[in-house]
Amino acid sequence: MANDKEVLLDVQDLEITFYNGKTPFRAVKGVNFQIYKGETFGLVGESGSGKTTIGRAIIRLNPNSNGQILYKGKRIDGKLTKSEKREVVRNIQMIFQDPAASLNERATIDYCVSEGLMNFHLYEDEADRQRKVDEALSSVGLLPEHKSRYPHEFSGGQRQRVGIARAMIMEPEFIIADEPISALDVSIRAQVLNLMNKFKEERGLTYLFIAHDLSVVRYFADRIGVIHNGEIVEIAPTEELFSYPLHPYTLSLLQAVPMPDPVIEKQKEVIVYSEEPRDPADGVPTLKEVRPGHFVFMTDNEMDGYQAKLAEMIKEAEKQ
Amino acid sequence: MKDPILSVKNIEVKFKVRDRVLTAIRNISLDFEEHKVVAIVGESGSGKSVFTKTFTGMLDLNGEVTQGEIWFEGKNLCEFKTDAEWEQIRGKKIATVFQDPMTSLNPVRTIGYQISEVIIKHQGKSKAEAKKEAIELMEKVGIRDAERRYDEYPFMYSGGMRQRIVIAIALACHPKILICDEPTTALDVTIQAQIIKLIKDLAKEYDFTTIYITHDLGVVANVADNVAVMYGGQIIEYGTVEDIFYDSRHPYTWGLLSSLPQLGLKGEKLFAIRGTPPSLFNKIQGDAFAPRSNYAMKIDFLKEPPVFHVSDTHWAKTWLLDPRAPKVEKPEAIRDLHERMVELTKKGGTYGKR
Repeated sequence: MANDKEVLLDVQDLEITFYNGKTPFRAVKGVNFQIYKGETFGLVGESGSGKTTIGRAIIRLNPNSNGQILYKGKRIDGKLTKSEKREVVRNIQMIFQDPAASLNERATIDYCVSEGLMNFHLYEDEADRQRKVDEALSSVGLLPEHKSRYPHEFSGGQRQRVGIARAMIMEPEFIIADEPISALDVSIRAQVLNLMNKFKEERGLTYLFIAHDLSVVRYFADRIGVIHNGEIVEIAPTEELFSYPLHPYTLSLLQAVPMPDPVIEKQKEVIVYSEEPRDPADGVPTLKEVRPGHFVFMTDNEMDGYQAKLAEMIKEAEKQ
Repeated sequence: MKDPILSVKNIEVKFKVRDRVLTAIRNISLDFEEHKVVAIVGESGSGKSVFTKTFTGMLDLNGEVTQGEIWFEGKNLCEFKTDAEWEQIRGKKIATVFQDPMTSLNPVRTIGYQISEVIIKHQGKSKAEAKKEAIELMEKVGIRDAERRYDEYPFMYSGGMRQRIVIAIALACHPKILICDEPTTALDVTIQAQIIKLIKDLAKEYDFTTIYITHDLGVVANVADNVAVMYGGQIIEYGTVEDIFYDSRHPYTWGLLSSLPQLGLKGEKLFAIRGTPPSLFNKIQGDAFAPRSNYAMKIDFLKEPPVFHVSDTHWAKTWLLDPRAPKVEKPEAIRDLHERMVELTKKGGTYGKR
């Protein structure tokens, strides 16, 4: 990746450990990645891979056991002063998966949307607050008269719009979207994706887009990190990753995505990925750059193999 | 076409919800061909689950089939009154695999107990025989070390493994029809691919007809021989899987296909169907999809479209197929769907490698 881009978020050796009684469980095992300003970074993995845990660690919902998270060069993990914490919570907003569970069902939409404003007193007077809420609602395609209603009166897609309005009203710079369309109906998903794209263009937002569905991420993200068992196994720009997936896990994940084409689908073979045990003598695997911007999780010895594989894939692609 | 294994004629299903009547299924007729996989596609609330629940008498208490016939093995299932009658069909001849394997298994019983229970009840076998058969079934659905895992509890299984058990239970009685109600929606994609393949392989081995309910058109493309697209309690288009993907005729099917992110090109706006599905509490006039359609004509708001046959295998309920209707082109994104998909998947990678 070009060095002239500003790094907005820098995750270094992030490790998150949960305890079951006294037994530790490392959900995230030393993850490194950077998100540049204005880009959409997709984090893809299956359930239990730690992708949501990373998202939650960034907004300080999960404490990390090692490593650090830098936002604009400043640490945002660990001990912070109260005002620093508020700054993080304000600038980084989250859109959650299930809009039915993430909105307070006893509060009106007016309150749901303006809760953040009130916490931070980001309005001059009542009229100003009302104006901001109206604006946020109309920007997501809802009407001001919806303000007095309750979340249960809305459909899933509309509720997700409220969830987005609630995040956008804080005028954040960075948004963590954790599976924002997984709980929505197919005909509604496109509406929400378009909406998120609109905000990206209009406000120059940066997204961390967490998902399990590679086809959505392909459409939406600029760069993708594939995570498996708490380790990022491959990072590459979107088209690069889809054209030249190098890590065997990425390959099996790509292959598993069902494509809406009966001819292609019916000829597909199912690959089951199983992690091969590594020889500890080979050293500890880390993310290494195979070609500019394309990183694969491997030990030193495996570099030649991946280089050869990539060369072969490029040759294959040129033939066609 | 051969005699269908299951034949649905003009059924209508209504639910009573707090003094209001909701019409969930509005006059559906469909024949299911033996050994074929039929996929029923639609968004939530389109009635796809309710439709198949009528085959096994599993409608909620406030719902009833108010009209129509369902013929299976010479019997009209709509005339069934007692549970005893239903038990000859439900689970035994027509079995269902549900979406969430955590809620369809009993958490306080062992896996083995839950499989052999079905065998003992429906086949009248002894406990020892049932155990033997259950272990065989577990191996068939891909559980390694089945004998040891027989005595384990559901929480000790992963989601994919649990769904395999649910499939084993469904197959325990060698059903004629297996209804798979979103069997992979709660699972990861790599596991989904395995479960889909498992169901396909088992269908050959156990010789059952599969009815697949899903909202994922990618899954449909993989599993289906025939596809029924549902909207607002009706089947609005029916055809072979090729008919539906390469030559669809109903604007709703067009909308569903072209809003898929798989087809979206970076930087291009994704096609989105505007609005939301109709409320089934209200009487629907004309074509239920008309208020959301870009192709709606005046008549769509007035009169319900009849079935127009495109070919022997393919029909759709839309006025666009009436000879008097103006000629319209389907959306660009899906006009050359196959070429577009080949283009998207052909590069060095293996995104759907052939």
